Amino acid sequence: MYNFTFHQPTTLRQAVNLLAKNEDAKLLAGGHSLLPVMKQRLASPAAIIDISRIPELSGVELKGRSVVVGAGTTHSEVANSQVLKDSIPGLAEVPASIGDPHVRHRGTIGGSIANNDPNADYPAAALGLGATIITNKRRIAADDFFQGMFTTALEPNEIITKMQFPIAKKCAYQKFKHPASGFALVGVFVSKRGSDVRVAVTGAGANGVFRVPEFEAALKKRFNAKSLDGLSVSADGMNNDIHAGPEYRAHLVGVLARRAVADANARKD
Amino acid sequence: MPTVSLTVNGKAVTADVDPRTLLVQFLREHLRLTGTHVGCDTSQCGACVVHLDGKAVKSCTTLVLSINGSSVTTIEGLADANGPLHPMQEAFRQNHGLQCGYCTPGMIMAAVDMVNRKGNDLDDHTIRKELDGNLCRCTGYHNIVKSIAAGARAMAGGAGQQAAE
Ligand SMILES: Cc1cc2nc3c(=O)[nH]c(=O)nc-3n(C[C@H](O)[C@H](O)[C@H](O)COP(=O)(O)OP(=O)(O)OC[C@H]3O[C@@H](n4cnc5c(N)ncnc54)[C@H](O)[C@@H]3O)c2cc1C
Ligand code: FES
Ligand code: FES
Repeated sequence: MYNFTFHQPTTLRQAVNLLAKNEDAKLLAGGHSLLPVMKQRLASPAAIIDISRIPELSGVELKGRSVVVGAGTTHSEVANSQVLKDSIPGLAEVPASIGDPHVRHRGTIGGSIANNDPNADYPAAALGLGATIITNKRRIAADDFFQGMFTTALEPNEIITKMQFPIAKKCAYQKFKHPASGFALVGVFVSKRGSDVRVAVTGAGANGVFRVPEFEAALKKRFNAKSLDGLSVSADGMNNDIHAGPEYRAHLVGVLARRAVADANARKD
Repeated sequence: MPTVSLTVNGKAVTADVDPRTLLVQFLREHLRLTGTHVGCDTSQCGACVVHLDGKAVKSCTTLVLSINGSSVTTIEGLADANGPLHPMQEAFRQNHGLQCGYCTPGMIMAAVDMVNRKGNDLDDHTIRKELDGNLCRCTGYHNIVKSIAAGARAMAGGAGQQAAE
């Protein structure tokens, strides 16, 4: 690791000021993506601004027809949140497949969404639920937020403070884990909220998380796995690496989408 | 150099550190608590697992400055220095839950955390799933799973559960 100066603000305002004052600064939340990358010297920020002690970034709160989740909420806090289990069970189930218990004690949902790793799980949940990402400056729809692998709409001095997830009882995530890393080789999040149906895919796309409009249109008519009969996604634009080829990934999108719809339908309202 | 203050195994410690210092380096190199191991340094193996404010974490993936003011328990703090072993340690001894012993401190800290979260009655499937973040190159895991099930039951006796704090 290259050296850096360390700052640990206790308010959002301090954090924003520190970001503005320090050139080449990086935010540190749980550190479970950033520290491994710094150890490999693939990142070498001059300043680390640790946001793990800022009360404004924590908490899970029911707000009207949505749940607002603080960026600093850890994976294990999301998994154990009664509010989420009751109102968006499919979201509460996502972290169970992230890393291991120790990783889940430190890693945060905000860090995962800001990082936008092409094989990460939360980006699929955020896009698949039509979440709104709230920062110190503005509100960004998930559809506009994720812009390709490791790329988001965030500006250099922007901090995610909260994420607002619309309540959707009928939703589920299905993940095909890479057998060694545990990350998503392919993961599919589906949700149905009134007439709004979303299908979001992580792991598969060469350009990060994406939606599948053909599946969404078919599921809108009838939200049932059978509605996807005969439909498939093209291998064009799928990721191709030593772990899996594009055809295989495209096939998995169809399989996991059907399973996710079946899971979502199995929930009691 | 910035200063960090922690409570480690019940004792207050304060030190000046390079900002890059990982919790595991702090434990091993500053405090000479060498029971916590580094197996991979890439967040995968779990040899470095300690309890941070009562929860299992990978100390190779935590900056010590980030956790200023917190309480840390390492394998050395699980049982009293000259007293009997913690029930989970004893269970590993009884069930041949280790061979070279390199992974063992992390396994035991992960196991106690598992009991704190999942209770004293742990089936094989739960134990294996919860051990996702702990690798062992020797045992084939079978006796580790057996040890944890036995240790979890023994912890129901009362002793040791609070050691996670
Ligand atoms: C062994 C292991 C296995 C894992 N397995 C999985 C897995 O299966 N699936 C999965 O999805 N992830 C997995 N992860 C990644 C894990 O979920 C990370 O915790 C997560 O991706 C990042 O969250 P963090 O809080 O640790 O962020 P950090 O590492 O602290 O930060 C990540 C990035 O986000 C930025 N950032 C953090 N918070 C904010 C904020 N509030 N606003 C703006 N920018 C911010 C940081 O500057 C940094 O660039 C794994 C990690 C490990 C070590
Ligand atoms: S040394 Fe920390 S996980 Fe391997
Ligand atoms: S006993 Fe040797 S690594 Fe587990």
